[in-house]
Amino acid sequence: MDLTTITAIVPARTRADLAALGAGSAPLAGGSWLFSEPQNHLTSLVDLMALGWPSLVVSGEGLEVAATCTFAELAALPDDQGWPAHPVLYQCCTALLGSFKVWNVATVGGNICASLPAGPMTSLFSSLDATALVWRADGGDERVPVAEFVTGNGSNVLRPGDVLRSVQVPQSSLTGRTAYRKIALSPLGRSGAVIVGLLRADGSFMLTVSGATVKPEQLRFDRLPGAGELAAAVEAVTTWFTDPHGAADWRRAVSTALALEIRDELAAPPGEAPPSHYTTDRYVSEEAAR
Amino acid sequence: MRFIVNGEQLEADPAPGQCLRTFVRDQGHFEVKKGCDAGDCGACSVIVDGTPVHSCVYPAYRAENRIVTTVAGLGEPDDLSPLQQSFVDNLGFQCGFCTAGMVVTATTLKPEQLGDLPRLMKGNLCRCTGYRAVEASIRQGVCASARAAEGGGHDDGPGSGCAGICGSDSHGAVRATGKSRASESATTAEAASAEGVASAERVALLTESPASELATVTVGTSVRPPAARRIVTGREEYTLDTAVPGVLHLKLLQSPHAHARVLSMDTSAAEALPGVHAVLTAADSPATLYSTARHQWRTDDPDDTTLFDTVVRYRGQRVAAVVADSIGIAEAACRLIEVEYEVLPAVFDPEAARQPGAPLLHADKSPTASRIAEPERNVIASVHSEIGDVEAALAEADVTVAGTWQTHRVSHAALETHGSVGWLDEQGRLVLRTSSQVPFLVRDELAHIFALDPAAVRVYTARVGGGFGGKQEILTEDVVTAAVLATGRPVQFEFTRSDEFSIAPCRHPMRVKVALGATRDGHLTAIELDVLSDTGAYGNHGPGVMFHSVGETVSLYNAANKKIDAEVVYTNNIPSGAFRGYGLGQVLFGVESALDELARELGIDPFELRRINAVRPGDPLVASHVEGDDLVFGSYGLDQCLDLVESALARDGASLPVPHGTEWSVGTGIAAAMIATMPPRGHFSTVSMTLESDGGYLASVGTSEFGNGTTTVHTQIASSVLGTAAESIRIRQSDTDASGHDTGAFGSAGSVVAGKALYSAALSLKAAILRTASEIAGEWSEGHLGPDGVTIGERLVPLADIAAAAGGTLTASGSEDGAKRSLAFNVQGFRVAVNATTGEVRILHSVHAADPGVILNPEQLRGQIEGGVAQAIGSTLYEEMILDEGLVKTQVFRSYHLPQFADVPVTEVLFAETEDSVGPFGAKSMSEAPYNPVAPALANAVRDAVGARPHVLPISRDRVWRSINA
Repeated sequence: MDLTTITAIVPARTRADLAALGAGSAPLAGGSWLFSEPQNHLTSLVDLMALGWPSLVVSGEGLEVAATCTFAELAALPDDQGWPAHPVLYQCCTALLGSFKVWNVATVGGNICASLPAGPMTSLFSSLDATALVWRADGGDERVPVAEFVTGNGSNVLRPGDVLRSVQVPQSSLTGRTAYRKIALSPLGRSGAVIVGLLRADGSFMLTVSGATVKPEQLRFDRLPGAGELAAAVEAVTTWFTDPHGAADWRRAVSTALALEIRDELAAPPGEAPPSHYTTDRYVSEEAAR
Repeated sequence: MRFIVNGEQLEADPAPGQCLRTFVRDQGHFEVKKGCDAGDCGACSVIVDGTPVHSCVYPAYRAENRIVTTVAGLGEPDDLSPLQQSFVDNLGFQCGFCTAGMVVTATTLKPEQLGDLPRLMKGNLCRCTGYRAVEASIRQGVCASARAAEGGGHDDGPGSGCAGICGSDSHGAVRATGKSRASESATTAEAASAEGVASAERVALLTESPASELATVTVGTSVRPPAARRIVTGREEYTLDTAVPGVLHLKLLQSPHAHARVLSMDTSAAEALPGVHAVLTAADSPATLYSTARHQWRTDDPDDTTLFDTVVRYRGQRVAAVVADSIGIAEAACRLIEVEYEVLPAVFDPEAARQPGAPLLHADKSPTASRIAEPERNVIASVHSEIGDVEAALAEADVTVAGTWQTHRVSHAALETHGSVGWLDEQGRLVLRTSSQVPFLVRDELAHIFALDPAAVRVYTARVGGGFGGKQEILTEDVVTAAVLATGRPVQFEFTRSDEFSIAPCRHPMRVKVALGATRDGHLTAIELDVLSDTGAYGNHGPGVMFHSVGETVSLYNAANKKIDAEVVYTNNIPSGAFRGYGLGQVLFGVESALDELARELGIDPFELRRINAVRPGDPLVASHVEGDDLVFGSYGLDQCLDLVESALARDGASLPVPHGTEWSVGTGIAAAMIATMPPRGHFSTVSMTLESDGGYLASVGTSEFGNGTTTVHTQIASSVLGTAAESIRIRQSDTDASGHDTGAFGSAGSVVAGKALYSAALSLKAAILRTASEIAGEWSEGHLGPDGVTIGERLVPLADIAAAAGGTLTASGSEDGAKRSLAFNVQGFRVAVNATTGEVRILHSVHAADPGVILNPEQLRGQIEGGVAQAIGSTLYEEMILDEGLVKTQVFRSYHLPQFADVPVTEVLFAETEDSVGPFGAKSMSEAPYNPVAPALANAVRDAVGARPHVLPISRDRVWRSINA
């Protein structure tokens, strides 16, 4: 929609240009969220896309994803590193309520900074134990785990003038196996829960609960836990919430069920896990799906 | 900045915060639509440098030096792209407002992506079709595009080339039975199927036309809408797809309080803002009380509304309006208005609202002048009736069941929001172009409110982008009229999607208590109903919906004892209004659920229980009273509908396989519904049919087209009578200047009222043409009217000669008053699997049987039914307006889940074969009806699967899960 209070859009070409940010001035990346709601408190936007950050940088350290990387770019990242975790990049993109056309403009940074519980990039990068690089307004750099970057429903660690520069995914996560589950009140609806399991090469396991809780919850185990142990850990989470996309008690219950499926999938050898009982796609016969 | 749109180099500068959608519309590209303005619905989809985007969330300045392609750049009406052709061939639209975005998005897909359509199309919402026809369009079109790209040219035929992925699987999913005419209908108008011809033969008999006219009888065939080629290319104009020179824009200041008195208002800062032309407040409000609801008789609704009230009764109610050069200035000015409120006690629960001591909403009104039964109790209208002795009958019954059911608020969510633009013409008449189902009623009421001569007001519609009852209200026209009269300038007011959720009326929520008594052998002895309807802050449609809700839901079944208590009350919630089904669906949810429970108690099959008790011709129709003889069994197909659904559900292989896993359980449920084919107490239409000087035909019809397909049916009716092709009939419609009075497009009246009037006009015109031709030929023998003229003996008298002889044109008129009404029937069946762990309800088989009388247009009728079922699946499983102390929390599609492509199963559509004695060509209306039985059928299936009966809508996953695991 038209943002009728905006009087200027300032392209940022260097970090110094970000000084234009502050009260009444917000960073603009893809714009798909910013332009989807009235922003009457804003008078100007600072266009981060002009900074020209490389979207995806692969190195021996892992994967660095610029805040301005689009969903479309991330989803299309080729699987040429042999990362067992590679599928989860695409899978989490599909958890976005927005369509593939939104993927063409929506950015990783924009999604994380909106800090909505259902933000799939928060889910993805929390589940991969990624670290956010924050450019503080005072010129300083700060690294914060993505799971701690988001502090509540719509809130995060950014202060006025701060910018999320990138997220860094450690190699140890990318070489782990992942299992992904998402559920909503409708087949492809806005997420009621996004649950990701990460089984690292060292045998340690982390379950990340998101979408169902006001902020991501990471449950860490030094090995793949038993079903009872995992269920107890999930049920001990306290940050479940109710909104139009699901009631808190339901979110808790389905998160537990999805977590157990994830455990079973990762307990099985790669590719041999049973199919999910909680399919998120439209249910059609094989003939119709042809 | 420079950019290219559809091959044309343009130079213009957007406002800094402007999105691409409004920017390209500023350049005259009205084919880019607004459904949500928030990136959710896809109606605004365009392609930027080869990449599809939602233009409403795409900053306009980023289009600099880029190539923008809209639906209009993909093809022309006479040179359609393969996808556009496919949307015409498969009737992949109804109102067509989403179609531009559908076509643009599908154009970017490749055949290998067709297996991923649920995900790829989730950002393109269609409220009308239920997606089956959209899917067929996309599959055929994407494959045809691929073939064309390979050098195959425009090959639109289905079949080879795509390894079957484009094929007719969605057609195949609708299993043809001996009685399923529509499922075998022609895929194009030009190639009528054998079934279509068969229907035409029956029609020909009814009209007593000579056999030689058979070739031109178009009734009974799947003629495409006259606007089809314009819709798929973005050329069809909707309400605000026009640039009115010098137009000003209007925005509202809305109340933040659910109940408050406006003590004072300071508009000086707003008025001082440059670009502001007027600030309208209660001081500018005519004293006349009215209702936003429109009916043939204005006294049907309480007069409880003023243009700007000094007491506000719901959050979001208009307090003031600003008229300014731009929307931005108007919004800024609204923020500068200072209002001092005295907050009043508010009531949000309808039961509390009618208790002593409750805050009263309209106690300041005269009960007689405003027609509010008991303002001292917040009760607008009530029914308290008893036939027989229900208490005694329940006491004596072998078996009784009872329960309470609650329905919720649903948004119509027509993709085109409400909007209107008004101006004064050269003669000083007020002209309004508006998104309305009832232009004549709007004109009459505006004249009433503003004390204008109705002849000094013209109201018309372009094509309307969906209605579903939501546009049977005055929501924008009154304030636009005030603004035009105040400024003398053209003024436009367009609802945002959030306005739709926070201002536009929703479906009436109802609490429905049902008690049934029956004998051991399954005969109903008592029906007791207690209904409480929440009409919100104003009573628009409140009485009508309440009265209708306890009509056909009760009279469908014979029982010697019937007791009805129903009340509709004011609360400080958003007003409720007319919604597809007009109350029947809410009460049916209770009645058909209770009947299902009774079948369980009795151990009688649910089909059989309905066969035992349903009315049939000869039975009296009894609800709160015995219906008069205006309501008749023009034909009766309920027995066939029950048989059709029963055999379809029992057929091997009809259902999708049950999902794997022990937590899944399977159930079956059905529900039946009856509906009068038009509203009671008169529904009027006066139309004219003209032979024009060039030998063409013009039909002037007052009713509106909003995807209901009546325009198509009207071309069929007229052409069938006049012995010509449907394309030879031009329709001028929904314009108070263009035809006689028409009550409007509600109550499913478009085909059976206006269509009947048109039938009469066409017959009269035909007689006049034959008479004139005889005079020209000097022969007394009556000739034969064909597409080119009248043949008398060996001589052909051309139509243009006949028009000339008649003085240039020849016109006849016809009218219909709706004095006789018939009854239509629908039965819905579902087989579902329910997951005990998640509460997911997965539809394995959906089958709908309808009794529409003679089918006028099989493909359109199938579409109406598929769309009705889909809309009802949405309101049964997903959609819910959530309110907190009157504040609507769900104001965007991201929080109010409209059914997507992924959510809607293919529904098997079957038809009873009957011929109605009331409707035109033996047809009955069939637009609201399919919606009604869906919720109870789904609820009954869920009950069958899991043992817990749903009593509250929507039957969302969290509610189902809780009912199982409680």
